[in-house]
Amino acid sequence: MMLSQRDRLVEVGFDAIVTFFYKLAEAADKLKEEGLWTYLPDPSETLREVATGTLRVKLGFPVYQKGGVIMDVTNTEQAGIAEDAGAVAVMVLDKLPYDIRKAGGVARMADVNVIKEVMNSISLPVMAKVRIGHFVEAKVLEALGVDMIDESEVLTPADEKHHINKWQFKVPFVNGARNLGEALRRISEGASMIRTKGEAGTGNVAEAVRHMKTVMRELKELTAMPEEDRVLKAREMGVSYELVELAVRLRRLPVVNFAAGGIATPADAALMMWLGADGVFVGSGIFKSEDPRQRAEAIVLATSLWSEPEAVLEAQSMISERKSMMGIDIRTLKPEELLQVRGE
Amino acid sequence: MKLGVLALQGGIVEHVHMLRRAAERLGVSAEVIEVRKPSHVEGLRALVIPGGESTAMYRLGKRTGVAEPLREAILEGLPTLGTCAGAALLAKEVEDRQSGRKYEPLLAVADFKVVRNYFGRQRESFEAELEVKGIGKFRGVFIRAPVIVPRSDSVAVLSEYKGEPVMVKQGNVIATAFHPELTSNTKIHEMLIEMAR
Repeated sequence: MMLSQRDRLVEVGFDAIVTFFYKLAEAADKLKEEGLWTYLPDPSETLREVATGTLRVKLGFPVYQKGGVIMDVTNTEQAGIAEDAGAVAVMVLDKLPYDIRKAGGVARMADVNVIKEVMNSISLPVMAKVRIGHFVEAKVLEALGVDMIDESEVLTPADEKHHINKWQFKVPFVNGARNLGEALRRISEGASMIRTKGEAGTGNVAEAVRHMKTVMRELKELTAMPEEDRVLKAREMGVSYELVELAVRLRRLPVVNFAAGGIATPADAALMMWLGADGVFVGSGIFKSEDPRQRAEAIVLATSLWSEPEAVLEAQSMISERKSMMGIDIRTLKPEELLQVRGE
Repeated sequence: MKLGVLALQGGIVEHVHMLRRAAERLGVSAEVIEVRKPSHVEGLRALVIPGGESTAMYRLGKRTGVAEPLREAILEGLPTLGTCAGAALLAKEVEDRQSGRKYEPLLAVADFKVVRNYFGRQRESFEAELEVKGIGKFRGVFIRAPVIVPRSDSVAVLSEYKGEPVMVKQGNVIATAFHPELTSNTKIHEMLIEMAR
């Protein structure tokens, strides 16, 4: 299936989405002047001769990650393997999600010296995770110059109630979501990209599938609803009615939407693409396997060419199931061990 | 008229949208297809190579075998527009500014050198008013953008930013360091379709 047959963005265009947010902001301008509303972009940035960190630049960055694989790495050696395999970006962590699970304790932002080393060692974009609500970790990463910040449930949340106001940053953010409400709330807070939460570090794709299907199903349901029900639904989700209408018009999330959490094989990656993901994050799946080089390359191939079964077959034959990460059955996890429930 | 967008990775649907709109504006009846296999190259009248990560697209281009027929078609005169990483795939020479590392070019059909990440990282990504020859004002959206340095006199510079070449043309090949598909301005896509008429 061709992307342009299933993606309404083909008819609507990227510019319409950027314009939407600016228009919304202009309407709220009066409130902003009074300091009552900062949760929107600054429309005056479109008038400046030269401007960095604009909405167009922040929403534009993930567009070039689409159809690609973003790989979790913990050091420069793994980053090099990711680059050679054809990753579109790397995500630097202190420990892979699987090891975070085993280690327990508090998981925080990675060592900034390691992030810097990785930034200097490869030409790909470098991302890093901050704890949910940890404004200062995010400011540190922005000062360091990482290309995207993941406000992630994989780390221990710093704020049980609030997420970061991401409109206040020049660097774009990606956030996890399990359903449409979570995704739209994160977009309202300024996220430039969404990913499914899945259940990180398990090697089990089932939760990512559930989350991607939930978002898609809820979008379909909204489209079929009469307008007054959509108003109600927007209120339930805690987002503006305008944003709901934009999603309905697009029949997709208005920002780039990746799959993440439990992807371990090329077929897993292709499955997520088939379900409507724009690309995939692979965490423990690569460097917790026994064949990281081949597996990284195979997952890149399957993600780009998911619609060609012979290419996915080729990718799948590049790896051995005996070398896949062992994986954890989610049903054996205790409720407090689930990462996906953090930060709604 | 059959127009193609190389569809390995990156900003694909954004270009499909722009090509359709540009064709509409010109009153050209066009079909836009996604090119990811050698068999998709046949019958193309114009091609866009989108932005993405050039190292990823390089690997995929080699593996799918789509690079070889594309290279032949472009050398035979297929009008082609490469944006950002797409320009790097067209270039005969590619290097990274920070590390100075050289990269193997995928198509190597145009006499320019692409210096990757010339304007810095995402934090330094920007938009700016440009002047494009033959078009006029154009809002350039630069995302971890390169510069495109001519290596021969047959390469014309169509736009500069702070004295650095950011849009060039050599025969049937146009390359931009910025992303016209992230704006509503279809003029550069129209330029490409005009070349195919």
